[in-house]
Amino acid sequence: MPKAKVTFEDVGVTVTVPAGTRLIEVSEKVGAGITYGCREGECCTCLTKIVAGGEHLTLPSILEAQVLKDNLAPRQHRLACQAQVLCGEIVVAPA
Amino acid sequence: MAVLTPDTPVPHAAARVIARDVHWIGALDPELRRFDLLLDSAHGTTYNAYCVRGSAGVSIVDTVKETFADEFFRRLESVADYDEIRAIVLNHLEPDHSGALPELRRRAPKARLYVSSRAQMMLKGVLHGTAGEFTAVQTGDHLDLGDRRLRFLQTPYLHWPDTQCTYLEGDALLFSGDIFGSHYCDARLFNDAVGSFRAAFEQYYACIMRPFAREVRQALALIEPLPLRLIAPAHGPILRDAPAYYLSRYRELSTPSPATGEHTLLVFYLSAYGNTRRMAEELARAAASDEVRVELIDLDGAAIAPLLERIERADAIACGSPTINGDAVKAVWDLLSSLTCIDVRGKIGAAFGSYGWSGEAVRMIEERLRGLKLRTPLPGVRARLTPGSDELAACRSLGHDLALHLCGRAEHRTIDMASLA
Ligand SMILES: Cc1cc2nc3c(=O)[nH]c(=O)nc-3n(C[C@H](O)[C@H](O)[C@H](O)COP(=O)(O)O)c2cc1C
Ligand code: FES
Ligand SMILES: [Fe+2]
Ligand SMILES: [Fe+2]
Repeated sequence: MPKAKVTFEDVGVTVTVPAGTRLIEVSEKVGAGITYGCREGECCTCLTKIVAGGEHLTLPSILEAQVLKDNLAPRQHRLACQAQVLCGEIVVAPA
Repeated sequence: MAVLTPDTPVPHAAARVIARDVHWIGALDPELRRFDLLLDSAHGTTYNAYCVRGSAGVSIVDTVKETFADEFFRRLESVADYDEIRAIVLNHLEPDHSGALPELRRRAPKARLYVSSRAQMMLKGVLHGTAGEFTAVQTGDHLDLGDRRLRFLQTPYLHWPDTQCTYLEGDALLFSGDIFGSHYCDARLFNDAVGSFRAAFEQYYACIMRPFAREVRQALALIEPLPLRLIAPAHGPILRDAPAYYLSRYRELSTPSPATGEHTLLVFYLSAYGNTRRMAEELARAAASDEVRVELIDLDGAAIAPLLERIERADAIACGSPTINGDAVKAVWDLLSSLTCIDVRGKIGAAFGSYGWSGEAVRMIEERLRGLKLRTPLPGVRARLTPGSDELAACRSLGHDLALHLCGRAEHRTIDMASLA
């Protein structure tokens, strides 16, 4: 299975993960400061800054794009409970 | 239009002038003793709603709790006709301010609703199909009333994610929503006319605003540059005398104490037989250095309020509890459940504890710390009964590694997802 590497800047950890993993699943396990609320892509609590490698994440769904827009999320920000990693190297930090 | 001058006490159903062509049309709730389950309100509260008249129509700012709708409509009818209303602004969707909205929409079908763009997801849940047409606004957007304009300022989380303030340009009047509010009911309405509401103002900040101190600072950055003659909050006295005082008080309350250059770790523990205490001492000793100040605190019988102030200033907390009946001890939960009253987001947390056979406490505390939005970069340490030398060494290395994280010198780790529990 293809793997990707996700780095959580705030806790200094890089995790090798299988493709398809949602960012929130990993951030919880390493205790990063990316926190979640609803886990359903509605509350925007899990807003995450994509420091690098945004192209290696699944594209935002219509719902995610709407929630990002409603909440005036800056560019290069995603919902950790929605974005899935595909491949390559991704660096993230709490928003 | 039967309108009283600002200083006559308010008989039922009278609107009050608060500025030229601006009326208070809210409701008094003198009996209320507990608000939103978390605030005592010895003096009741008011639900403040306002009516702003411009040359091109009337705008209503906020409504009241549903049970007070009659009072609100009577006051509204004394200053405006429903078909003059062209806009309804909700500064946030909470039912204490949106309760009369469905009925107001029915009575004033020409009015358009203005809410924060962050309100859109919640609108359905609050209004269930009665929301109708609305405009989602952002900071800087305007609502034109002909000869005067309302300007919106987004102030998220003060009190709900969709909280905004609405500023009446020219008149320098801020409809601040819950910000600068107090649960204090006095029909004399203005801050220079009512009784002493200082304690209510302070308590309101402590319960509603304090967890969002950083959002308070962001809101102040938007509000402070505005000329301000009057602040009209959604609860309690209208602040026409020295409104600047209330801004500076919020500034004071939301400003973190100055950084000392030193990092602080608080090590809390509970221990019936001394096992968890032993672990706490070991961890604390290993973490302490010139750069990291460590305080060891026995939670047994400790008062929570002074601890919250210390936690607010600290950079990291470690919580130790034995497992008792499959759980952490109540005093730990009491402490942790109080952390929602302060801003702990992004601080570092860790857990440890002694146990006899099942040892659930450490995991549960870690979960709770994450739920409170702390970072938990280091796995907790458990010791079976009296901690042995390996277990004490694990406590020391937890203390040592916490210190490295605090000083920003933790080694970067690379791990495989499969190795994570
Ligand atoms: C009333 C009582 C209930 C307990 N329940 C549990 C339990 O459910 N699971 C467990 O692992 N240990 C349990 N223990 C064992 C304690 O966790 C163990 O004695 C621990 O070492 C006490 O640590 P302390 O010296 O820091 O108090 C229990 C102990 C007592 C006295
Ligand atoms: S947790 Fe609510 S949007 Fe991701
Ligand atoms: Fe509120
Ligand atoms: Fe309110």
